[in-house]
Amino acid sequence: MFKYIVKRILISILILLGVSLILYVLLRFMPTDFIKTRIIALNQTGATVNDEFIQQMYKTYGLDGSVIEGYFKWLFNALRGDFGKSFINQRDVVKEIFDPDKMGTSFFVAAVATVFEFLIAIPLGITAATHQYSIRDYVVTIFVLIGISLPSFFFGQLLKDVFANKLHWFPVSGMKDAGIHYDNGLEAFIDYARHMFLPILTVVILSIGGRMRMTRTNMLEVLNSDYIRTARAKGLKERTVIYKHAFRNTMIPVVTGLAGLIPSLFSGAMITESVFDLTGLGKFALNAMTQGDIPVIMTYNMFLAFLSVMGVLLADLMYAVVDPRVKLA
Amino acid sequence: MNEEEIKKFSETENLSEQAVSSREEILSSAEADAERAESDYSIGNEVSEGEKPLDKNVKLMSPFRMVMRRFFRSKLSIAGIVMIVSLFAFCWLGPLVYHQWGEIETDYGGAISYSDYVIKGDDGKDFIQVVVEDKGINALAGLSADHILGTDEQGMDIFTRLMYGGRLSLTISFLAVFLTSALGIIMGGLAGYYGGVVDNVIMRICDVLICLPTLPLMLIIGTVLDSNGVDSAYYIYLLMGLLSIFSWPGMARLVRGQILFLREQEYMVAAEAMGYSTARKIFKHLIPNILPQILVSMTLSLGSMILYESTLSYLNLGVRIPYASWGTMVEVISRRSDILQNNFNVWGAPGFCIIIAVLGFNFIGDGLRDALDPKQRR
Repeated sequence: MFKYIVKRILISILILLGVSLILYVLLRFMPTDFIKTRIIALNQTGATVNDEFIQQMYKTYGLDGSVIEGYFKWLFNALRGDFGKSFINQRDVVKEIFDPDKMGTSFFVAAVATVFEFLIAIPLGITAATHQYSIRDYVVTIFVLIGISLPSFFFGQLLKDVFANKLHWFPVSGMKDAGIHYDNGLEAFIDYARHMFLPILTVVILSIGGRMRMTRTNMLEVLNSDYIRTARAKGLKERTVIYKHAFRNTMIPVVTGLAGLIPSLFSGAMITESVFDLTGLGKFALNAMTQGDIPVIMTYNMFLAFLSVMGVLLADLMYAVVDPRVKLA
Repeated sequence: MNEEEIKKFSETENLSEQAVSSREEILSSAEADAERAESDYSIGNEVSEGEKPLDKNVKLMSPFRMVMRRFFRSKLSIAGIVMIVSLFAFCWLGPLVYHQWGEIETDYGGAISYSDYVIKGDDGKDFIQVVVEDKGINALAGLSADHILGTDEQGMDIFTRLMYGGRLSLTISFLAVFLTSALGIIMGGLAGYYGGVVDNVIMRICDVLICLPTLPLMLIIGTVLDSNGVDSAYYIYLLMGLLSIFSWPGMARLVRGQILFLREQEYMVAAEAMGYSTARKIFKHLIPNILPQILVSMTLSLGSMILYESTLSYLNLGVRIPYASWGTMVEVISRRSDILQNNFNVWGAPGFCIIIAVLGFNFIGDGLRDALDPKQRR
């Protein structure tokens, strides 16, 4: 077990190196790099920019020298924990990304959405499986498949248009009402929740489908197995058979899937956040990407890659913990 | 034994697993059908009960026919087929019927509008200022006989653009899926067949590619292409081609897993004994056996490719105005909240087209998965 984990961690490090190399090389190929935009802006204000100044700027931002040179410089700094400063606002990248305002918002949306996703999708999957090919199965399947098929930007805007613009039930966008004063914490929370409702709803509806289909498939497989037939044969109640005998085995992939959710909890939903104008991590990263802010993009994507590598590793370990038949080697 | 016979032999072997389940199935469904007497293959219905020998009651069905039967039994798959076929007809045949407007043709038939303001003059007298606005472009027109679904902000006919946009969205997703699958099958096949170092290298590449977050990656690549001055007509093809290069690991893993299992089967030993070439063994004996899973995965990814394409277009990285794609047509609402609120026809129609296309592919994929699953008893 220990040997297995060590081996997997070593492989993970290799993977992360590969990811960082690909990302860095791609980023350096972005010709709309930050410096050019800066210089164009300076030109427009009437300042004269000479070559020396341009070279100086490339040097300050660490973009002089070849791509490979730059990569190793980045890697060396990153290994010492120095991920650089954002080109845009000169703040420390790590502080920017782990800012409670940004990551907190993204995490809140993702965490609440995930809880609801599980609470809704698993019962739906179980009913669909136990009533396979019935009307109920069809209706549930149609609804969740529609959910999977919705483009996030379209569905988000649709919800915004109907519930915020037309019905005025929820605020259109942003994190809190402008210029509002809260008397107590509860009011503040209610206002926050009202702003978060539509984004969370969007994320939940889009993600229920996959989880529900997975539960349904697992449940069907379990229900076809011999021990369920035995349980029925010895006269157990159908409820006991399904919720006590079948349910536990259905949960194995669901529980191990939890670890795979780690990246999505922190990454932030880019599209949804920009549709509803939340100050989350996703929107921050989207903004950095359109402006060529290399340190932010690198750090954000490496953070995601790290989380997904860890997620996969954890999922495999959980599998061995949950299911005693699985042996890791 | 000549080569032909061996081949037959190996094929029987490789179907044996399927054959077992299909025989079971034929038997069980034959019983059911005798009761319901609605079958198209049991021939013993006229014969009275008890007299008919079992083999008369059973007509062998090819696995393909069985799959088709199961597939078309599900209403959802039929709905999916209807949706996709009608979308294709709409996009490719539509412009032949409805050709008043071109894809990038602007309607310059805009009306002249007047607006008047009361302005207080310096001398204290009111006077009325009339602003005559020659709109020229018939932008954001409502639904009318001229424009079935109205016009967009640039005065282009939405109904026409839906058709051309659909052509592009559907073509691109098909191309991307074929490219992704081809790459995935080749890489997965090599990894699974050779094992060892090859397997390790390919799988580690897969791990790296899977860890790259797709949307950020596409944003970066999109910007790179953008500033390299790629012609806007080919831009999206290139972008989706690059997307395929980064998204084959899913398919490769599926193929590899199956091949690892299949290459230990006896019929592969027979193929080995015949001295077939590696390519023949992989592409003639192994891949056809994984085809069902590949097919399901391809159908489902058709939907997700359409979603990707439209998301990229929505983020201004896909198809460029004046050219149309469904995502580009929705994109306008990210810039103009007045259109979001007042002109549902502008962005609702393409949005629903996206949903119908993706849903159609998902229905078909779901139906195929159920129909092709040998474990399903139905």
